[in-house]
Amino acid sequence: MSDNWTDGNSLGGPLREVFSVDITAATGRCSSCGTTGPLAEGRLFGPAPGLVLRCPHCGEPLLRMATGPGHAWLDLRGLAFIEVTTPG
Amino acid sequence: MARAAVLGRLNWLVGQLAEIRQETATARTLVLDVPGWTEHLPGQHVDIRLTAEDGYSTERSYSIASAPNGSRVELTVERLEDGEVSPYLTEVLSPGDPLELRGPIGGYFAWHPEDVSPVLLTGGGSGVAPLMAMARTRIASGSTAVMRLVYSTRSPATLLYAAEMQSLAARDGRLTADVIYTRAAPPGWSGPVGRLDAGRLKELAEPLGPGVQCFVCGPTGFVEGTANLLVGLGLGARQIRTERFGPSGGTS
Repeated sequence: MSDNWTDGNSLGGPLREVFSVDITAATGRCSSCGTTGPLAEGRLFGPAPGLVLRCPHCGEPLLRMATGPGHAWLDLRGLAFIEVTTPG
Repeated sequence: MARAAVLGRLNWLVGQLAEIRQETATARTLVLDVPGWTEHLPGQHVDIRLTAEDGYSTERSYSIASAPNGSRVELTVERLEDGEVSPYLTEVLSPGDPLELRGPIGGYFAWHPEDVSPVLLTGGGSGVAPLMAMARTRIASGSTAVMRLVYSTRSPATLLYAAEMQSLAARDGRLTADVIYTRAAPPGWSGPVGRLDAGRLKELAEPLGPGVQCFVCGPTGFVEGTANLLVGLGLGARQIRTERFGPSGGTS
């Protein structure tokens, strides 16, 4: 696999086009190996043909995102759950 | 406060370049005025979008280097030889020009001024930019948190924020800055020259105590190496937050 990746941190902007809260600071669990941690600590590959966030532990995809004019597609199969802080 | 600021989807904004500060031969700080800007936390970044006349567009992430200051946002950009975006930002963009951006982005690699835990900031190359935002915010906010900035750079010629680094280094004992020169030091330098190693990092981190919060930013290799050294000092993974720019060493 290419070593040309950055942190999940840099997925923050694209995801904020879809969600109203920052998802990179949320905790997620990898469906493949069970590792749990902030999505910001994942490894982000892309941008073409889409953005792929991989588990820093096992390398399996956690999240895939593709965008086109006026649309975004998200594949979240690699996440067993995400935990987001809510107001109050 | 910060919570209210993250509500709602993020829209692209158009900023205007107000001022340029040349930092080194290849890096400059862009001072932008961004109408509609929501105040940021130090450590957060923006995405910059450049669009060509034929409609082709490309995006890059850049860390914010300044403390929150109304609609003013400062980015330090290092020119990468084969870069697609940084040559435009460092050589073409001029005061008065518009620049499309969205932000502030990211709630993970961010320092909250109300957090009083001791902080160790370790930056490699232009990875010092978001850490500088944290040091500047600490001063502007009147925080009393113990904060130590450790900045690894090749030589005096690549040192960003040179004058400010000196004044930080000479501050009271609660905010300090240490420069690590990896290849060449300035004349009269009495310290070691070379990469940040376990011994040196231990010396710098230990006085901050076992509850220290660490932020590490820079090229992937630097961040991996430093994070491993911090784990080797007995710190837990949850105490170490990282931001990697990728293998090139550029800002994203």
